[in-house]
Amino acid sequence: MEALSAIREPLVRNVKSLGEVTDAVSTPLNSKPKALWYGLFFPSVAALILGIVAVTYQIMTGIGTWGNNNPVSWAFAIVNFVFWIGIGHAGTFISAILLLFRQKWRNSINRAAETMTIFAVICAGIFPIIHLGRPWFALWFLPYFPNSRNLWVNFNSPLLWDVFAISTYFTVSLVFWYIGMIPDFATLRDSAKTRVKKIVYGLFSFRWTGSARSWSRHESVSLVLAGLAAPLVLSVHSIVSTDFATSVLPGWHTTIFPPYFVAGAIFSGFAMVMTLMIIMRKIFDFEKYITLYHFEQMAKIIILTGSLVGVAYSTEFFIAWYSSNIFEQYAFINRAFGPYAWSYWIMVTCNVISPQLFWFKKIRTSIPALFVITIFVNIGMWFERFVIVVTSLHRAHLPSSWGYYSPSWVEIAELIGSFGLFLTLFLLFIRVGPYIAIAEVKDLAGKALKK
Amino acid sequence: MAKKYKIGLFDNEKSLLEALKSLKDKNVKVHDVFLPYPVHGVDDAIGLKPSRLPIIAFAVGFCGVCFALFFQRFTFIDWPNIIGGKPAFALPAFIPVTFEIMVLSGALSMVAAFLYRSKLFPTPEVFVFDERATNDRFVVAIDLEKSPMNSGELDGHLREKGAVEVNEKEV
Repeated sequence: MEALSAIREPLVRNVKSLGEVTDAVSTPLNSKPKALWYGLFFPSVAALILGIVAVTYQIMTGIGTWGNNNPVSWAFAIVNFVFWIGIGHAGTFISAILLLFRQKWRNSINRAAETMTIFAVICAGIFPIIHLGRPWFALWFLPYFPNSRNLWVNFNSPLLWDVFAISTYFTVSLVFWYIGMIPDFATLRDSAKTRVKKIVYGLFSFRWTGSARSWSRHESVSLVLAGLAAPLVLSVHSIVSTDFATSVLPGWHTTIFPPYFVAGAIFSGFAMVMTLMIIMRKIFDFEKYITLYHFEQMAKIIILTGSLVGVAYSTEFFIAWYSSNIFEQYAFINRAFGPYAWSYWIMVTCNVISPQLFWFKKIRTSIPALFVITIFVNIGMWFERFVIVVTSLHRAHLPSSWGYYSPSWVEIAELIGSFGLFLTLFLLFIRVGPYIAIAEVKDLAGKALKK
Repeated sequence: MAKKYKIGLFDNEKSLLEALKSLKDKNVKVHDVFLPYPVHGVDDAIGLKPSRLPIIAFAVGFCGVCFALFFQRFTFIDWPNIIGGKPAFALPAFIPVTFEIMVLSGALSMVAAFLYRSKLFPTPEVFVFDERATNDRFVVAIDLEKSPMNSGELDGHLREKGAVEVNEKEV
């Protein structure tokens, strides 16, 4: 049985009936959105169009439209890829790991966070594919029958592990997300006002009736999927980090990378969840369901993961010194004081210093402060990947092949475009889908009502 | 062939659980219960056994592991990659892909089995006993033919146990 603590406040407050939860979610879906929604949607679509133009131009002309060249042959594409995958990780962390730990506060933010995962992974997946130059050959990543090329993919390579990790991660997250939404689509179907909506939500609801037997199976499926998704999310970013860590490049081949990348991913993901939740709460007036308590919990996770990332930065420096390897030492000194020092210090300021402000309760319970700091964290985490990729590459062992990388307009447009794609999809989803896990919030509300 | 069902609607989980318990004591078999969210205790009250779906996830996940290992070894027969003097099939390098295949096959098979067993698939028209079951009512459906109590008795009993509404439905 569920124990209700006398000290801890209930997670959902002032909800008088279960029907109120349904109405809170379905009413905005049946009415015109606020001006704020339009204010975000149109710029997002504009950014998306810019991205599409840039990608089209790049594919028609060639990879030469990017600033990548020797020695920095990997830049924006992989930086954006790792950044978006990292964003996605918080969604799985909230939906799977916090489910396993029975952290009930996740219930009201879970759906939006999972949605964010799906769209972030879509954004991430685009970059390696367009970096192929000839994206129509993307299928060559996969081993398939008949093996007409007479050569299998290299299962030894972390880049191939990535293909498997990302596609599995996307598929499992998508399925987990959808299975969770089935009961909520049924709720929307049964509360729909028009016949068209009833049929459309009816199709999405997969004939769900809320039968006790289905619920019992649904719970068991959710639990097992969470159990599979939890190690999966840790494996995905560990594998992404091995893209770098298994190389022999000073600055990349460090054993700390897998845990360091996972912490960073959850760190940036939570910051993104928080930014989106603040916007969503504003669009829908959801103060009742997404409370300051939620933000405080997330801020605490951000302090923890932010500090882990800070420790990882200093560990890298310590190990470089301790290794007595001059190339390794040079890579890190150059990182902090070389030509890319500006990006290094942006990263340190945003990732290590700014989240420490959350130690003050005043700051971690102030919405404007949270909004600003989480955006800083996201900027910082993007720069972290930039620092790792670019500063390690721009100095080779041979000084004659040193160089300096700066992005072309195409790369910048594609980065902006990925944000446009992400926000467009997210804003559209919150107009049509169950952006709050209705059944899970009712679970909390039902418990609170019983008291 | 139309069947008659007695439908009792409750507005909170506490009285629902009490009603289910009393129905069990009176030997009334409940056809099904429809809930807006999973209520713990309902499974026991209407005698549902725990789901066996996890077995499928385990079995298929295990097959996935075997297949992934076999397949990766198979691709190395004709073209062994010798890297850094290590054996061509050095197991640790093949674990990440194996793990991902395990997760993928386990998850997808369990979800497919769940949809199949619960007969969940998209159709435009959906039959529900009461639309409010997905909103704010806990709905108990009792098959009148199989019930030892007659319609009137059931009516009174459900109301006594806190049902806010009782009606009959032919299916």
